[in-house]
Amino acid sequence: MSATQIIFWFLSALALVSALMVLLSKNPVHSVLWLISVFFAISGHYILLNAQFLAIVNLIVYAGAIMVLFLFVIMLMNLNKDMEPQKNMWMKLAGAISGGCLLMILVSLVRQATEIGGKVAEMKTGNIGLIGNLGKVLFNEYVVPFEISSVLFLSAMVGAIVIGKKD
Amino acid sequence: MPIQYYIILSLALFCIGIVGVLVRRNVIIVFMCVELMLNAVNLLLVAFSKMHHGIAVVNDKATTVGTDAQLFVFFIMVVAAAEVSVGLAIIVMMYRNTHSVDVNFLNRLKN
Amino acid sequence: MNKIVYLVPLFPLIGFLINGLGRKSLSKSLIGIIGSATVLASFIVSLVLFFDVKAHGASIVDYFNFINVDSLKVSFAFQIDALSSLFLLIITGVGFLIHVYSTAYMIDEEPQHYGRYFAYLNLFIFSMLLLVMGANYVIMFIGWEGVGLCSYLLIGFWFKNDNFNYAAKKAFVMNRIGDLGFLLALFWLIQKLGTANYADVFAHASSLSSFDVTAITILLFVGAMGKSAQIPLYTWLPDAMAGPTPVSALIHAATMVTAGIYMIARSNVLYSMSEVTMNLVAIIGLATALFSATIALKQNDIKKVLAYSTVSQLGYMFLGLGVGAYTGAVFHVMTHAFFKALLFLAAGSVIHAMHHEQDIRKMGGLKKHLPITHITFLLGCIAISGIPPFSGFFSKDEILAAAFAKNPIYWGLGVAGAAMTAFYMFRLYATTFLGTFRGTHDQEHHLHESPAAMTIPLIILALLSVIGGFVGVPEILGGHHELRSFLSPVITTEVEHHIEHSTEYLLMGISVAVAAIAIIFAINKFSKKPELAEATGFGKVLSNKWYVDELYDTVFVRTTLAKGKFLKNIIEKNIIDGAVNGVGKLVNYSSRQLRLIQSGLVSGYILFMVLAIIVVVLIWVNDGYIYKFFSTLF
Repeated sequence: MSATQIIFWFLSALALVSALMVLLSKNPVHSVLWLISVFFAISGHYILLNAQFLAIVNLIVYAGAIMVLFLFVIMLMNLNKDMEPQKNMWMKLAGAISGGCLLMILVSLVRQATEIGGKVAEMKTGNIGLIGNLGKVLFNEYVVPFEISSVLFLSAMVGAIVIGKKD
Repeated sequence: MPIQYYIILSLALFCIGIVGVLVRRNVIIVFMCVELMLNAVNLLLVAFSKMHHGIAVVNDKATTVGTDAQLFVFFIMVVAAAEVSVGLAIIVMMYRNTHSVDVNFLNRLKN
Repeated sequence: MNKIVYLVPLFPLIGFLINGLGRKSLSKSLIGIIGSATVLASFIVSLVLFFDVKAHGASIVDYFNFINVDSLKVSFAFQIDALSSLFLLIITGVGFLIHVYSTAYMIDEEPQHYGRYFAYLNLFIFSMLLLVMGANYVIMFIGWEGVGLCSYLLIGFWFKNDNFNYAAKKAFVMNRIGDLGFLLALFWLIQKLGTANYADVFAHASSLSSFDVTAITILLFVGAMGKSAQIPLYTWLPDAMAGPTPVSALIHAATMVTAGIYMIARSNVLYSMSEVTMNLVAIIGLATALFSATIALKQNDIKKVLAYSTVSQLGYMFLGLGVGAYTGAVFHVMTHAFFKALLFLAAGSVIHAMHHEQDIRKMGGLKKHLPITHITFLLGCIAISGIPPFSGFFSKDEILAAAFAKNPIYWGLGVAGAAMTAFYMFRLYATTFLGTFRGTHDQEHHLHESPAAMTIPLIILALLSVIGGFVGVPEILGGHHELRSFLSPVITTEVEHHIEHSTEYLLMGISVAVAAIAIIFAINKFSKKPELAEATGFGKVLSNKWYVDELYDTVFVRTTLAKGKFLKNIIEKNIIDGAVNGVGKLVNYSSRQLRLIQSGLVSGYILFMVLAIIVVVLIWVNDGYIYKFFSTLF
C-alpha cells in the first residue's frame, strides 16, 4: 500500500466520520467545527488529485469565510447550548432509513455501471489544477462569467443587508 | 485510485447530508448539511475531471481536458458563498421574528 | 274522391287549433260554432266518402313516408273502405250531435275553459278519425294513443277536483297497460312480416305460424281490453264518468271505447286464424257482459248505471267478435252508439235540470217536468233492452244467434245478461222519471226542460235509435241485411251460421219475452216505491262493484307500494345510500389522511423527494427489471 493510498483512506475516513459527527453532535458549534474538519479532508483530497487551486479556495472560502460566518450567526443567536427540540422518533427513523436506502441503491448502481469499470482518477500527476493553467482559462474563455459572478456577489451582499436589516 | 472509490465516497457524504436535512430541526444544521452535499458534488466533479484528463493525456501531453470541470467547481463555490450570505441573513431574520431556529415553525407551505 | 280524404281529419284539427289557441280571446258562441261546424264539415265529407265507397269500393290514399328505416317502410296513408267509412259516419255524426249538445250543456263554464273543452273534443275527433282511417297499424296506434290522451284530458277536465284527476290518471294507466299489449303486437307483426299495412299483413297472414298468430292476436286483444274496458281492465270506465256528461256520451259510450271492436273487426283475418284467441275473446266478452250487468243492478248514480251498461254492451260486442259475428259486432257498435249516446245525453239533460245532482234516489217523477227528455230516454231504454223493432233488438239478436250457433251456453248466458240489461235500465227509468219527486223543494222549483240545442240532438238520436236497426234486418224477418253486404269486402271471414228458421224464431221470442218480463217487473217494482235504502247482503257486494277496485288496490297497488317501501327503506337506505355515503366517507377519510402528508414541513417534502428518487431509480434505471415486471403485468 503506497503512501498515496494510505492518505486517501485516511482522508476518506476522516471525511465520513466528521460528516456523521456534524449531524450527530447536539451543540451547533461542534457541528460547525466538524464540518470544518470535513472541508479540510476534502481539501486534502483535492491536493491528492493535484488540484491545488481548488484546495486552497476550498479552505479559504468554505473553511475560512463561510464557516466563520456560521459561527458568527450561531454565537450571535446564543445557540451554542443544546436547545434543539427533539424530532419525532419515527421521523428520525424514516429519514435515516430513506437516506440509507438511497445510498444503497446509488452504490449498487455504481457497481453495476460498466462504463466506469477500470477507469482511474490520476493522482499527483497532471497540471490542469495548477493556478497558472486555471487562471489562463478563467481569464480568457470564462472572463464574462467571472465578471458576472462579481455582480452576483454584489447583489447577494445587498440582499443580505436588506433582509438582515432591522425593519 | 479507481474512480468508483471517489464516487462512493461522494455518495456517502451526499446521503449523510440528506439524512441530516431530514433528521435535524435546527435550521442552521440543516443549512450546513446542504453545504456538505454541495461539497460532495464538488469532490465528485474534481475526481471526474482528473479521470478524463488522465485518459486524454495518454494521447496528447499538452491536453487541457478537465480544466472546465475545475472551473465549474470554482463557480459553484462562488455561488455557494453568495447563497450562504443570503441564507444566513434569512435565518437571522427568522430568528428575530420567531425567536426560534426550528424548521417546523416554517410550515406555511401547508396553507 | 281521393282528393278530399285528408279533409276529414283536417277539419277537427283546424277546430282544435283555433279553439285551443284562441280560447282566451274568442267568444263562447264563436267557439261553439267553430267546434261544431268543423265536425259537421267532417261529417259531410264522410258522407260523400261513404256513398263513394258504396258505389266504387275501397281505396287507399298514400300521403308520405312516415317511417323509413332499412327495409321497414311505414307510410302515412288512409284507407277508406266499408268499415272505416261506416265508423267515420258514426264518429262524425254522433260527434256532431254531441258537440251541438255541449254548446248548451257547458254554457256555464268560463270562456277559456269552454274553449279548452271544445279544443279537446275536436282533438279527440281528430284522433279517432286517424284511428279508423289509418291504412296500417302504426297510424292506428297514433290515433289509439291520441284518444287515450283526450280521454285523460276530458275526464280530468274539471281539474280542480282531486278525485276527478285520480279518475283521469286511473283511465290513463289502465289504457297504458292495454297500449303496451298493442305495441308488443305491433312489434311482433313488423318483426315477422316486415310491414304494418293492413293489406300486406292480411295478404301474408297465412305465412305466420299458429303460435305467432295466437300471440299477436292475444296481445292486440289486450290492447282492446284496455281501450274497450273489458275484464280485467274495465275499472277505469265507470270512474271516467267524472268527466262532463257529453264527454261520457261521446268518448266513453259511443266512439273511443269501440276502438277495440274496430281493431278486432279490422283484423278479422288474423283472429279467424286462431281458435284459441277467438274463444278467449268470446269468454272475456261474455264474462264482462254478465259481470258488469250485475254491478249495474245496484248502482244509484245515473251515470254509473249507464257506464256499467256500456261495459256490458261492449262485452256483447266482444262476444259477437269471439263467435265470428264480426258484422253483428260492428252493427251493435253502430246501434249502441245511437242509443247509448242518447241515454247519456238524456241523463245529462236530467243532471242539468237537477243542478248537477246525479243520485237517482233524489229524483223521481221527472216525467212531467222534462217531457222531451223523458220520451227520448224511454226510447233509448227500449232500444237497449232489445224490444223489436227498435235498433238494439236487431244487433243484439244477431250476436245472440251467432253465439247460439257456436255454443248454446253462450246464448243462455247472453240472454240472462240481456234480461239484466232490461231490468236495470227500467229500474233507472222508473226511479228517475216515474213516481214522485224526492229532491229538495228548491230543486223542484227549478226543474226545467233543457234548451233546444240539447233536446234536438236527443230527438235525432232517438229517431236513429228507433230506426237504426233497419239497415241490418236479418233475412228471416224479410230483410236483406244490407250492412253485411256492405261490409263484406272488409270482413271476409264472417262465420256463417245455419240455424233452423223455427229455432231462430224461438230464440228471438225467448230473448224478447225475457226482456219484456224484466221490463214489466222493473217498472212495477220501482215506479211506486223505489229502493232508497243502502243495499244489504249480496246487493251490497254488487253496489260495491264486487269489490274489484278494492281487490286491485290490494293486489296491485298495495303490493307495489309495499315493494316501493321495501326498496325505499331497506335497499335505498342501506345499500344505495350506504354505497354513496360510503364513497363519500372513504374519500373524506382518505383525504384527511392524505392531508397529513401536506404538513408544510420542508423535511417532509424532502423525504418524499428522496423516496421518489429511490422509486424512480428502482423502476427506470436499475436494469429495468422492475419496469419489465410491471410491463409484463399490464
